[in-house]
Amino acid sequence: MATKTASTAVGISSSKIIPLSMTALLGLFVVGFVGFSHMEVVHNAAHDSRHSFAFPCH
Amino acid sequence: MSLFRNIVFTAVIAGLLSGLLLTIMQSFSTVPLILQAETYENAGGEEAGHSHEAAPAGAVAPAADHHDEEAWMPADGFERFIYTAAADMLAAIGFGLVLIAVSEALGGLKGWRGGLMFGIAGFLTVSLAPGLGLPPELPGMPAAELGPRQIWWISTAVCTATGLGLLAYTRSAVFAALAIVLLIAPHIVGAPLPPSHETAVPPALYARFVNAVYATNLVFWAVLGALTGMIRERFRTGEEIAARSDGELVSR
Repeated sequence: MATKTASTAVGISSSKIIPLSMTALLGLFVVGFVGFSHMEVVHNAAHDSRHSFAFPCH
Repeated sequence: MSLFRNIVFTAVIAGLLSGLLLTIMQSFSTVPLILQAETYENAGGEEAGHSHEAAPAGAVAPAADHHDEEAWMPADGFERFIYTAAADMLAAIGFGLVLIAVSEALGGLKGWRGGLMFGIAGFLTVSLAPGLGLPPELPGMPAAELGPRQIWWISTAVCTATGLGLLAYTRSAVFAALAIVLLIAPHIVGAPLPPSHETAVPPALYARFVNAVYATNLVFWAVLGALTGMIRERFRTGEEIAARSDGELVSR
């Protein structure tokens, strides 16, 4: 609790750094899994989607 | 945590809706062209690419594939449509998460219009800029090794996003010049190209596919951006209260 209060005292933007980077990393992971995974099964399932997003494919 | 929860909630709703819209648009535009290209891919016995028709017959096309023929793939028709829809929605949620995270770091979305601007920036970053070097591909078209293409694609997207951000959010000439360098550099380096561009896919079919990809992606990004801007405004529960109560604790 004390650390949380201290970080907020520095400024609201610094308290946002952790949730925002977690969000961005989660998003990049999801996009990477769907569009860039080299796993054959994932590639086949998302095949038409990958081509239509113009992700590098095959 | 309320910030994280609200962003995820916003991205999931906006991603599901815009991903569904994208899937519907694709089923009328890009997917029929992909299926058509696969018939050329199989008939032409192209060594590049893979086939969806070979698997059900159980016949391994001679030298047709560098992929593992044993790997599972969705059956043509409804099953394939469902997996495409799921992949579209997942990708849309992922893009939405990144879009909101970046916009919050830069001061937050200002309603649906602000969201629309971020959506268009997303289209430039993820569709147009990488597409200048690596245009959309149909099955059966030759391409360079996958790894280097993916690296070039990701680097181009990162450079373009940084360049656009610098142009929009800084006011110094040095940063503007840096932004222009970042926007242009990936295209001067150049994308990895295949040794030959020969393909059995007719150029007219390919031209229609490229247009369809850009048109559908532009609409998708505009809708994703506008929706995130609109929904984000409505779901801020807990964020202000948490910030205020923390502030009160500090002031005591």
